[in-house]
Amino acid sequence: MTTSGGWLARALRSGNFLIGAALSGTLALTALVSLFWTPKSATAISIPHRLTQPSGEFPLGTDHFGRDVLSMLMVGAQNSILVGVVAVGIGATLGIALGALASARRGWVEEVVMRLTDFSFAFPAILSAIMLTAILGPGTVNSIIAIGIFNIPLFARVTRGSANAIWAREFILAARAAGKGAFRITLEHVLPNIASVLIVQATIQFALAILAEAGLSYLGLGTQPPQPSWGRMLNEAQTMMFLAPRLAVFPGIAIALAVLGLNLLGDGLRDLFDPKLARKR
Amino acid sequence: MALLEVRDLSVEIATSRGTGFAVRGLNFALERGQTLGIVGESGCGKSMTALALMRLVPENARIGGAILFDGEDLAQADEARLCQIRGNRIAMIFQEPMTSLNPVHTIGRQIAEPLMMHRGLDAASARAEAIRLLDRVGIPEARRRVDSWPHQLSGGQRQRAMIAMALSCGPDILLADEPTTALDVTIQRQILTLIGDLVRDSGMSLILISHDLGVIAETVDSTVVMYGGMAVESGPTARVFAGLAHPYTQGLFAARPQLGQGAGKRLATIAGVVPDLVDLPAGCAFAGRCRLAVQACRVAPPAPQDLGLGHSAACLRLDAAREPAA
Ligand SMILES: Nc1ncnc2c1ncn2[C@@H]1O[C@H](COP(=O)(O)OP(=O)(O)OP(=O)(O)O)[C@@H](O)[C@H]1O
Ligand SMILES: [Mg+2]
Repeated sequence: MTTSGGWLARALRSGNFLIGAALSGTLALTALVSLFWTPKSATAISIPHRLTQPSGEFPLGTDHFGRDVLSMLMVGAQNSILVGVVAVGIGATLGIALGALASARRGWVEEVVMRLTDFSFAFPAILSAIMLTAILGPGTVNSIIAIGIFNIPLFARVTRGSANAIWAREFILAARAAGKGAFRITLEHVLPNIASVLIVQATIQFALAILAEAGLSYLGLGTQPPQPSWGRMLNEAQTMMFLAPRLAVFPGIAIALAVLGLNLLGDGLRDLFDPKLARKR
Repeated sequence: MALLEVRDLSVEIATSRGTGFAVRGLNFALERGQTLGIVGESGCGKSMTALALMRLVPENARIGGAILFDGEDLAQADEARLCQIRGNRIAMIFQEPMTSLNPVHTIGRQIAEPLMMHRGLDAASARAEAIRLLDRVGIPEARRRVDSWPHQLSGGQRQRAMIAMALSCGPDILLADEPTTALDVTIQRQILTLIGDLVRDSGMSLILISHDLGVIAETVDSTVVMYGGMAVESGPTARVFAGLAHPYTQGLFAARPQLGQGAGKRLATIAGVVPDLVDLPAGCAFAGRCRLAVQACRVAPPAPQDLGLGHSAACLRLDAAREPAA
């Protein structure tokens, strides 16, 4: 019988989980620190210092406006986390509600919800997000909304699929025999039993949201100047590609590490939540 | 008026191979404080009958007939009304104690919930009542056990917890669908004794489902023998077992394992298998396996023949069945 002690021991032995947690932790910590302190101002322009090489004063050098790249990356992490949390929050809240409703009601309700998600899957998410921000206008808030909306069907699918499996279990029949209605059963029996699946899904969607935000900002549809963002740093680095390639490399590495870290964390959590899978590996 | 009266109950199931009846033309009545047993082979529609009484049949099933509970037809009741009755006035325990409890909640919480829901108890008094119930169903150290998780209990203890849950609101009817099948023999006896005691103490009615004739013979006042979704024989338990009127009941009785039966002696069996519900024969469902079947048996389902004192059997060949097998 596995206990919570066993869970911790397995967590410490899981490479995916440890690396993922370390990278995601670093991301969160960086954003947190940048709220209070950065080595230099992330927005102050200083023409005399433009395009300086990495040095003691500027560990990662400066860009073509003389802004400190390290400080910009740190503040950019805030932006990525903000977009990830809010967009996944929107997608998870509405998606889980829809998926749980479809699973509890079945019949035509399920049919309608699932056809709607099919419909949204027919459009590539990033293209749709571009379309939406083009309509709503560029900006952080609008890109969060766009990414959030395209998280809804993903959560709805996963929720419905795993909730249906729980609804078929015997203890649900026992709960119904005890006089519980569909709403209570969903809250008390279905959601707690699929929480692990949803947490894993949220972690992975978080990574995708960071990627999507970088994509939108790169296209000029996301975060607007002077607020630093990894995607826009990439965009601005484009013109300096041959003069200062490091300006593209650093934000690129930041995005890659954040996405990799969250994906590893998601995989690690999945293995930890599923003891059978963990033993097989 | 009987507490529960079932009239012409049917459960029609739509499967990928067409629709068929898992239960058809079932009639029985249950008085307050009385106990009724439903017995039959696997697949004869026992569980489907129990689920129909609570209107919990699967989505692909449709219920026909009337289920008069205290004068109210449950077959026509809406979901909100059913939620008031389930777990409150009619409670059910299931075959698999290992899977019938939610793994993410403590057993105390699962026992307290119906009390808070149906009886409006606050959390503290519901918990106190849960401890009392756990003690009543014979779980040692109830005060400590109330905070256990389902996986920390043995099968027998879980079934006791399920019984405590079902009893919490003091139901009028307890439906027990093979409550001991998944347990080992000594535990089986304890659980049956417990259910018997609880039923006697509280004056509730019991519907006990089993495929074990011994269990039925010892526990209940009246018995319904089911085959192919129909009642083939029913009546007071003593008379059913003394009479063994229907060839199917005789077959079931001959096929039961007995203690002290000579080693190496083979158990009698009923030849053939239970027909699938989508291709049930037009006549008597048992005709295909019956040694006494004649042409008339295959034409239409036989009507129940009254054998006196509430005992009846649905068979055209009752006279032939009375003579000992050649
Ligand atoms: N969800 C379902 N879909 C289709 N057919 C079903 C379904 N559930 C049960 N059946 C069929 O209904 C019939 C009656 O099943 P039921 O579960 O009532 O049998 P039972 O008498 O309880 O058997 P057991 O002793 O094995 O529990 C069987 O033929 C079974 O195959
Ligand atoms: Mg059954």
